Amino acid sequence: MHKKTAFSFPDEVLEHVFSFIQSDKDRNSVSMVCKSWYEIERWCRRKVFVGNCYAVSPRMVIKRFPEIRSIELKGKPHFADFNLVPDGWGGYVFPWIVEMAGAVPWLEEIKLKRMVVTDESLELIAKSFKNFKALVLSSCEGFSTDGLAAIAASCKNLKELDLRDCDVDDLSGHLLSHFPDTYTSLVSLNISCLGSDEVSFSTLERLVCRCTNLRTLRLNRAVPLDKIANILRRAPQLVDFGTGTYAADLRPDSYSDLAGAFSSCKELRSLSGFWDVVPDYLPAIYPVCSKLTSLNLSYATIQSPELIKLVSHCPNLQRLLVLDYIEDSGLEVLASSCKNLQELRVFPSDPFGVEPNVSLTEQGLVAVSSGCPKLQSVLYFCRRMSNEALVTVAKNCPNFTRFRLCIIEPRTADYQTLEPLDVGFGAIVQYCKDLQRLSLSGLLTDRVFEYIGTYAKKLEMLSVAFAGDSDLGLHHVLSGCESLRKLEIRDCPFGDKALLANAAKLETMRSLWMSSCAVSFRACKLLGQKMPRLNVEVIDERGPPDSRPESCPVDKLYIYRTVAGSRFDMPPFVWTMEDDPSLQLS
Amino acid sequence: MEGSVAYDNGLNLKATELRLGLPGTHEEQQAVSSSTVRNNKRPNGESDARNETAPPPKAQIVGWPPIRSYRKNNSQPKKTESEGVGIYIKVSMDGAPYLRKIDLKVYSGYPELLQAVENMFKFTIGEYSEREGYKGSDYAPTYEDKDGDWMLVGDVPWEMFITSCKRLRIMKGSEARGLGCGV
Repeated sequence: MHKKTAFSFPDEVLEHVFSFIQSDKDRNSVSMVCKSWYEIERWCRRKVFVGNCYAVSPRMVIKRFPEIRSIELKGKPHFADFNLVPDGWGGYVFPWIVEMAGAVPWLEEIKLKRMVVTDESLELIAKSFKNFKALVLSSCEGFSTDGLAAIAASCKNLKELDLRDCDVDDLSGHLLSHFPDTYTSLVSLNISCLGSDEVSFSTLERLVCRCTNLRTLRLNRAVPLDKIANILRRAPQLVDFGTGTYAADLRPDSYSDLAGAFSSCKELRSLSGFWDVVPDYLPAIYPVCSKLTSLNLSYATIQSPELIKLVSHCPNLQRLLVLDYIEDSGLEVLASSCKNLQELRVFPSDPFGVEPNVSLTEQGLVAVSSGCPKLQSVLYFCRRMSNEALVTVAKNCPNFTRFRLCIIEPRTADYQTLEPLDVGFGAIVQYCKDLQRLSLSGLLTDRVFEYIGTYAKKLEMLSVAFAGDSDLGLHHVLSGCESLRKLEIRDCPFGDKALLANAAKLETMRSLWMSSCAVSFRACKLLGQKMPRLNVEVIDERGPPDSRPESCPVDKLYIYRTVAGSRFDMPPFVWTMEDDPSLQLS
Repeated sequence: MEGSVAYDNGLNLKATELRLGLPGTHEEQQAVSSSTVRNNKRPNGESDARNETAPPPKAQIVGWPPIRSYRKNNSQPKKTESEGVGIYIKVSMDGAPYLRKIDLKVYSGYPELLQAVENMFKFTIGEYSEREGYKGSDYAPTYEDKDGDWMLVGDVPWEMFITSCKRLRIMKGSEARGLGCGV
């Protein structure tokens, strides 16, 4: 009987095959086939994504993947965007840069989200990675234009510098002038979040002129409208453009200059910026509207008639961000004009007003759901909703992947029936079988969570606020949502029982955030003891949790799985529940 | 529902008004947590205009509605450039350990601005004269303009000042006296 020999390829062949596998999930599967595949795969993995920077240590990542060229890290929990995470909580990138500077000198790309980045980190990046190509900072803070200047000055092969919604200390250091005259590789530049008044326009124009591969340019509010034409004429190959302030004194020659400049940009597909819009200048973009696929008007404080005119010129629009000035009437026009619409975000113009300032209701959402068959992703702020509307939307759009509804007043009932909105959201999860992300609002009982636990099998992220009646609500979600990775909850009456009963579930998720709920300190300690592979962080600015009775609810709780153990960089108002009872807080 | 009960036209509106929640319950039964400090608002459709004396201001809930801070200032369409968001500048004073920030838009002229700065840092500026600058104190208020130059506060018209001022610095001592001496 012949012995069956294992059929194996030489390593180089396997490596070549693996190079076609880009997705992290597939790469992880490949690495689990056998030991030799694990070894080969880890030496040829080029990109790593770490969804929680505290889930693993930089040293472990680099040890396993010594030849990475790109790393993506996320730091603070999502609710940090709304000021629920106190300053100083953590998310520092510096330890990662230090490790990589030594061990991964050929690193090309760093993408960070919600992390604290210092000038020191940026300077280290500029110094350490000779072939550095791309820096994408999304919702980061802690650095100034000095740090960015170091990147601009040193990184000769830089292609991408993207600062999205960052909080940058703008020291008016003439950032752009730090790019050397010999530097020409820029492909993507996003400085829209910079606040400075000082943008040297001649420097900007020269930069744009010599960087002939520039495809994305997003300027900041400081760049006035009368400078845009010159820039566009020097970069007719632009695909994605963000204006600065879209306001100027109305002059016929400057208008035609601008319109001419826009028409010369035949490749333009995405527009954003539009601060302080003077409506009379909007038609200048009409020449490019027919090809636009993405339009961000979420800073444009223009009224519905102008928005309607604009939107009617954009039949190929796939993505629209807009203020609620568009009103129901504008959304109806959108529904009839933009049949390719995939993503819609409607932001509130007056979020803290008590009475509605615009006529934007559930009707607009229903209209878009009915008219736009490809609609997949919605973020909608409004002041009233009904179960009937939600059921209609759910039936119209079974392909939703992201549905985030924010009814501005917490616990608002169905305005027609005064009932909770359980049935409406229940329809969403029932009909939209591929739903990955859901944000709830309005008056909701435990029933909505029962629907979610029963139907939302592909749901990965759920945001809950001011909802539910009891622990049963939380239990439905934790026990039913098989794909759940991120759960964030605020101001709900969820306590110890559901959490402790579903402790094991937490290890299958990236993270759980609970603030202003009813989880006791005792339960947090228990969870920390029971689950060594979870970090159970109690965040409480009132003082040490053990200075209050154990049964007292904690202010904020952040639980995440980790193989790195407790972190060492916690501020005084964060406590990690230890898994060794003998190390309990005294 | 607390708040005024309107008897304007002889009606007891409270008895007939729509309320959020099931009949027979009252609002406090909802989970009350420390972050929910707010007024109970009437549902849409009710006209408030004729009823009250100004309703008490709505206390804001932390982090709600869930929008990023840079999106919070879009309430009024701007008609002219002078309306809209404030002009925030940093104010430093020689010898003070930290800076302050003020909104130039809230002041109508130099006297108001200087008074505010005096109160903020607890000192007095002297009397301004075009020829001699600020006399009578150790301090002189200066500002950095759009060109990066340091100017004495008060030399240019107010409107020009607020559009060209980038930061304010209260100079002390000999440096200040140098500025005060003409040229």
